[in-house]
Amino acid sequence: MSDITSQSLFELTSNIKEKKLSSGEITKAFIDRAEKSKKLNVYVTDNFEKAIDQSKKFDSNPNFDLKLPGIPIAVKDLFCTNGVRTTAGSKILNNFVPTYESTVTQNLWSQGAILLGKLNCDEFAMGSSNETSFFGNVQNPVGENLVPGGSSGGSSAAVAANLTPVTIGTDTGGSIRQPASFTGTVGLKPTYGSCSRYGIVAFASSLDQAGPMTKNVRDCSMLLEVISSFDQKDSTSIDYKRNNYSKELSKDIKGKKIGIPKEYRVDNMPDEIEQLWKNGISYAKDCGAEIIDISLPHTNYALPTYYIVAPAEASSNLARYDGVKYGFRSPGQNLIEMYEKTRSEGFGDEVKRRIMIGTYVLSSGYYDAYYLKAQKVRQLIKKDFDDAFSKVDAILTPSTPSSAFKIGEKTNNPVSMYLNDIFTVPINLAGLPGISIPAGKDKNNYPLGLQVIGKPFDEQNILNISYALEDKINFKNDISDWWLSE
Amino acid sequence: MSKNSEYLIERENKQYEVIIGLEVHAQVTSESKLFSQSSTKFGAEPNTQVSLVDAAFPGMLPVINEFCIEQAIKTGIGLKAKINKKSVFDRKNYFYADLPQGYQISQYKYPIVGEGKVILDMPNGQKEIGIERLHLEQDAGKSIHDIDPNNTLVDLNRSGVALMEIVSKPDLRSPDEVNVYIKKLRSIMRYLGTCDGNMQEGSLRADVNVSVRLKGQTEFGTRCEIKNVNSIKFMQMAIISEANRQIDLLEEGKDIDQETRLFDTKRNETRSMRSKEDAHDYRYFPDPDLLPLEISQELIEKIKSDIPELPDEKKKRFIDKFNLSPYEATILVSDIETSNFFEEVIKNSDVKLATNWITGELFAVLNEKNLEISQSPVSAKNLSKLINLIKDGTISGKIAKTVFEQMIDGDQDPLIIVKEKGLKQESDPKAIEELINKVIENNSDKVAEYKSGKDKLFGFFVGQAMKESKGKGNPQLINKILKEKLNG
Repeated sequence: MSDITSQSLFELTSNIKEKKLSSGEITKAFIDRAEKSKKLNVYVTDNFEKAIDQSKKFDSNPNFDLKLPGIPIAVKDLFCTNGVRTTAGSKILNNFVPTYESTVTQNLWSQGAILLGKLNCDEFAMGSSNETSFFGNVQNPVGENLVPGGSSGGSSAAVAANLTPVTIGTDTGGSIRQPASFTGTVGLKPTYGSCSRYGIVAFASSLDQAGPMTKNVRDCSMLLEVISSFDQKDSTSIDYKRNNYSKELSKDIKGKKIGIPKEYRVDNMPDEIEQLWKNGISYAKDCGAEIIDISLPHTNYALPTYYIVAPAEASSNLARYDGVKYGFRSPGQNLIEMYEKTRSEGFGDEVKRRIMIGTYVLSSGYYDAYYLKAQKVRQLIKKDFDDAFSKVDAILTPSTPSSAFKIGEKTNNPVSMYLNDIFTVPINLAGLPGISIPAGKDKNNYPLGLQVIGKPFDEQNILNISYALEDKINFKNDISDWWLSE
Repeated sequence: MSKNSEYLIERENKQYEVIIGLEVHAQVTSESKLFSQSSTKFGAEPNTQVSLVDAAFPGMLPVINEFCIEQAIKTGIGLKAKINKKSVFDRKNYFYADLPQGYQISQYKYPIVGEGKVILDMPNGQKEIGIERLHLEQDAGKSIHDIDPNNTLVDLNRSGVALMEIVSKPDLRSPDEVNVYIKKLRSIMRYLGTCDGNMQEGSLRADVNVSVRLKGQTEFGTRCEIKNVNSIKFMQMAIISEANRQIDLLEEGKDIDQETRLFDTKRNETRSMRSKEDAHDYRYFPDPDLLPLEISQELIEKIKSDIPELPDEKKKRFIDKFNLSPYEATILVSDIETSNFFEEVIKNSDVKLATNWITGELFAVLNEKNLEISQSPVSAKNLSKLINLIKDGTISGKIAKTVFEQMIDGDQDPLIIVKEKGLKQESDPKAIEELINKVIENNSDKVAEYKSGKDKLFGFFVGQAMKESKGKGNPQLINKILKEKLNG
């Protein structure tokens, strides 16, 4: 048996069910490794003591019918966890301990999982490199001083570094898929409305979705099966029959029509990304899929549209952090002064930038030109996909226009940072499912990902295509444990 | 409306007309809030009826309370208004300590209810007031500034309670019309059970828009909005004071600034709250946490079929069926409790007497004791018994008043009072004749005077006979027999 922490979720659950491993052993292995991995800065808050207790409790009365029997899991610090500090990577929630549990994490615990701790992320999930977190940047285990992507950077790093078997992140414009791509891991953003948003600190309500981040596609299907559920507490949750994704997982994609959108060949795209894409296409052909050239004509407008819609919603969603009810407060002589000080000191630069953009685009006199226009363009982008999906079953693109970059490389240039999301953002705007799988490496040996986009609620199909491609690609993450301390 | 009832404010030889529009905020009668399951009960300890949603905790999401939607539709039907099958909840963004989300969920571009109307019964006839729209929104919490010298305290019990904002067209022209309009609106909602209309508890408040113009002028003047006035009396005072302020400005050749004002009830004047330049930019946009609200025709029909008889229809029925005057009918239908009481009384008793007794004696007692009819000290059942005692001649109207006074004390049965106190009317002609004989015997001098032509003395004999009967003599019989004896 290989080292516990390097095992996949599938292996760990099998070993637990076959009583080859106990929950206590597994939990302890991940905690021990975490203690030696502080350099990566993946944890904002750990839950190690309680996790040990819970694993012992599981072992004393195990229920092997559960889908995540006694499996310790760390989650992005955007999910509210009952009794465990939840910060959203922000100073303004530095001291916030929820008295309630998000639906998605509750789904994990209901299936036997145990909370290991809360993983670092960009402040309020705003960022593509985990550098906007109040709790400091996260190191990408792939290489020193490399960003792990964002906003779910703590999550992607933790999976890649074997600090949690699997994790869940949230994806508003690429926050699961881009960090997965940067760390050689698998990340799936489900169809909008699949996973409940109840109890997830909101960034942009019409775009936010929680999703699995895992070592491989099978684990991804197992985790999606657990977290995807209809929830009456979220009015945008959709009541439809969810698959048994792991049970129905299949590499048979013969005859599937896969679309290649020409608009994703962006200017200055590195050759290695172009090559990666070509390889993906030929693998898909090898699997018996039919490749079809398609057009998504409004792709160019996706990024500007996103950077109007998301900040607009964020500016309103973040108004509740005002120092009145919970979280950080900086006292003032009067209400206005208290607001100003609390929000100036409590929010970081990127969050403030987006609040200002959002406030601006919603202002009277600008609303029609920006927000309303963006909503119309969003409909056109969605229609592009609807048209494309009348011809194809799925769409294949690169996940990101580059591999992981150096810490600090883009912090002074927000727009170049935003460009990271160019391939992922349209999928959120259209509410579609998208998955990033590791598909190759660049000249520095840094991972690169391919993205498979599906029809609404067709997660099974993109999982199957990814499963087949994964097999052909046979990606091996080359991680040296360089950060480990004794 | 006839000319002589026009409300005009005079200045030298000019006459100004006052234009009024109301935005009424009516609390929806509902056990729980618009987007959460917290209780809406009035008067609880501060911050005891607050859910995580109401306090805007991170990750909390609004879930629409369908009952509140039905209540809004019901009210819309009561206002003869168009129900919009698709409406949208928007966020109205502003910062305030008692607004936990930093925005109020309201309806901006697409309200649930469109144009409707309310009919006012004015002394000179009916007047129709147009309704512009009705939309649903959340109430804010309450900021309390006078408990702690250094801090403002916040009570979130009211945060998230469902309100209907009912916007009238600028069709109102006088403080009297405002009075009748508010009462009519309240009456309709109370009939429907959609708002209890309790102004003391803040269930009904209004923003009052006032402008003035010279009589005969067709275009509107610049308006000011007086925020959050919570009684009809204050609305009327605010309108008079604000209209005069505006007229004074015009008379001095000054312009009126469009602004939001507050009414200071102690000084009886409005003062500026914020000018148009300082007006909030609420940055309305559709709430992405809520899907557009879609209402099926089926639901509308179902609600329609449950609508009770409303005041206008009831009034017509009372006039047609019971032959009441429009004035009597208006009074009796003005409040659902009153009309229910009336209909209960007339189940077993005379309509005309019931009308008189309810609008007369009973209302006087309620007014004096400052009670609602639902708290009436005399039940409908006992009042109808009393009316039957009058009708069948058991007691006179005069005795009935004595009995009624006693009934007030603990809703006593008039039959028992009459029996115990021996108040039954004496209607035996022989007994009456006997006591009249006695009166004639004892007043032979007066009899002589009467017979010599002093007709006015007849009343004296009636009085004496009544006194002899201890007030119980049947007045018709006394009259009849006295006449026979004295004239015979």
